[in-house]
Amino acid sequence: MSDFLSRKDILGLRDFTRQEIELVLDTAASMEDILQREIKKVPSLRGKTVVNLFFEPSTRTRTSFEIAGKRLSADVVNFSAAVSSVKKGETLLDTARNIEAMKPDVLVVRHSSSGAPHFLARHLSVPVVNAGDGRHEHPSQGLLDLYTIRKVKGRIEGLNVLILGDILHSRVARSDIYGLTTMGAKVTICGPSPLIPREYQALGVEATWDINEALRGKDVVIVLRIQLERMESSFFPSIREYVRYFGLNRERMKLAKEDAIVMHPGPVNRGWELADDLADSDVSVILQQVEAGVAVRMAILYLLAHVREEVES
Amino acid sequence: MSDAPVKVIKGGVIVDPEEGEKEGLCVVIEGGRVTGLVPPEEAPAGEGVEVIDAEGLHVLPGLVDLHVHLRDPGYEWKEDIQSGTAAAAAGGFTSVVCMANTDPVNDDPETTRYIVERAREVGKAKVYPVAAITKGLKGEELTNMGELLEAGAVAFSDDGKPVASALILSRAMEYSLMFGAPLILHEEEITLSKGGCLNEGKMSTRLGLPGIPASSEICAVARDIALAEYTGAKVHIAHVSTAGAVEIIKRARERGVAVTAETAPHYLTLTEEATEGFNTRAKMNPPLRTERDREALLQALAEGVIDCVATDHAPHEDLVKECEFDVAAFGIIGLQTALPLTLRALESAGKGVKELVKVMSYNPSKVIGIKGGKIEKGGPADITLVDLSREWVFTEDVNLSKSRNSPFLGWTLKGKVVLTMVDGKVTYREESRVR
Repeated sequence: MSDFLSRKDILGLRDFTRQEIELVLDTAASMEDILQREIKKVPSLRGKTVVNLFFEPSTRTRTSFEIAGKRLSADVVNFSAAVSSVKKGETLLDTARNIEAMKPDVLVVRHSSSGAPHFLARHLSVPVVNAGDGRHEHPSQGLLDLYTIRKVKGRIEGLNVLILGDILHSRVARSDIYGLTTMGAKVTICGPSPLIPREYQALGVEATWDINEALRGKDVVIVLRIQLERMESSFFPSIREYVRYFGLNRERMKLAKEDAIVMHPGPVNRGWELADDLADSDVSVILQQVEAGVAVRMAILYLLAHVREEVES
Repeated sequence: MSDAPVKVIKGGVIVDPEEGEKEGLCVVIEGGRVTGLVPPEEAPAGEGVEVIDAEGLHVLPGLVDLHVHLRDPGYEWKEDIQSGTAAAAAGGFTSVVCMANTDPVNDDPETTRYIVERAREVGKAKVYPVAAITKGLKGEELTNMGELLEAGAVAFSDDGKPVASALILSRAMEYSLMFGAPLILHEEEITLSKGGCLNEGKMSTRLGLPGIPASSEICAVARDIALAEYTGAKVHIAHVSTAGAVEIIKRARERGVAVTAETAPHYLTLTEEATEGFNTRAKMNPPLRTERDREALLQALAEGVIDCVATDHAPHEDLVKECEFDVAAFGIIGLQTALPLTLRALESAGKGVKELVKVMSYNPSKVIGIKGGKIEKGGPADITLVDLSREWVFTEDVNLSKSRNSPFLGWTLKGKVVLTMVDGKVTYREESRVR
């Protein structure tokens, strides 16, 4: 197994190989060791600059990347731009080229347009990390989910995973699906029928609208957040009916395997997609996901900004 | 380049939409008209006669494109009448029909006259303007159709913006009956397609982009054919992209509804897969669909259910095309790649150059009621010479459009236009062949 990523950017998990995923997860494991120490900082990225270029509001992902960069001694700069202000004549590429001219070592990009980080990666020589693009992919979330599952379950291959909720609009779902299937898990998706893509087979998953059927025999249940605007645009009629047919609670969880775990990318709408008590129960690994997020993002930055440079020189 | 009073095209294979390929005849041209198809020994010779050697070439009636955005007036940085018709001539077109979504919109006789006069001044192709169905393409009030036709318009279309109101479109159809000019309909049920930027299907699922469902086109075609059947108006369905729309058109034609239809070379060549990697040069409206749709379109074209191929040539500058996929402009250029791509498609369906002439010249001429589509005595000398077997690469150097938004850049294509003439006047001549 090689110990470096032979790619410049991390844009999505669709084209990640199993070896690449394992490399990130293994690197993240050693990063987690660092996070257990009293002094949680190593000098690996000293003198490097990571720019968080966020065109969409985000506190959690941005903070996670920021802490990850700082733990590695990188200088982390946050650049937030509203897409609307970018539209005033300055193109996305202009903005990114301006940032690139300041010589950052890694660009972490979040954007509401699917494919925006890919577009930037094509035009810039600086490594680009996709921190969420539209409804396309969120690879660092996908990797931290894989990391958490591997850690709790000891493996990913052969597991039965359910992703529950708004698959159509979810970048987390796509990255999870690509990563999980590459690692040999079997993925089922479930949600209100208008929120299941018509051509879900293109994702390599099975689909059902019946939550009871969906839960049966599952090792892992990943619950997605309800977006209120989907109700407003008639993808489903009401929260009440959503909870009735798709809300995950203790009773329903009994249909899954006895040792099944519940995951959620956060923030949870308590009592909606996930029952309050279930979110806080010991089958929930939600906080472990957040913890893993820092380790995984450290691994990503390390592999792109440090190892790659070592290999090239 | 001389423009002798008499020209003789010698040695080529003349292609007729009905009789097919005819060998051993020269085309004699005088005063901008074809004055005869004669054996070589009867062809005029001597001083004042230019002989065009067409040995090894096919002699086609000039191609007619029913769907072009020349962007002039108003968007001349994307294209103008000069550059657009130069690209048309290089692509073998002698006539182009240009859409009304200019700035100002072509909803006023003055704009129509400008287009006609400017095209005449440039002299690279016959340009037939399409005027808007509704003022400002707003879908609210009808344009002065009579005056627009008098000024030179040949058809009406709100292309790019479908007429949302069934009532307004129905009125437009009724009103058009007086004149007999066709309405060219961009078929899109906007409430279904809004926000979409590629086919709703496999690629929209993988790339996480909002899709445009096939049902958007199918619903609109169904509605508009119902209106056409009811009113008796002549309608032409623009850029058909779905198998579902083909089915509806087929049944309507069987019932005798006055409906014609076009598709574009890209729908016959590519599928939604071309958007892989967020390729904005594969973004157009309607979007590229599935392989099943592509095959249905091809079959419909071979069977004559779809009677025309039109380019939907839609030039855009890099600024609005080389950007995020969802905000990128819809449309691709197509004038210089249409002939080889259509030929390739037809050949894959067991058809050939005769059908090419039908769908790219003869039938389109009939749709807008112009003379053309056939090389015959007394007809206009609108002629295209093509080397059907020659392979060439479509590159930015070859491209004559002001824009370069084509998914076919870098493609090796078979079938090269060597010479184009409009009313006997050469509008394009491949330099390397000048002897």
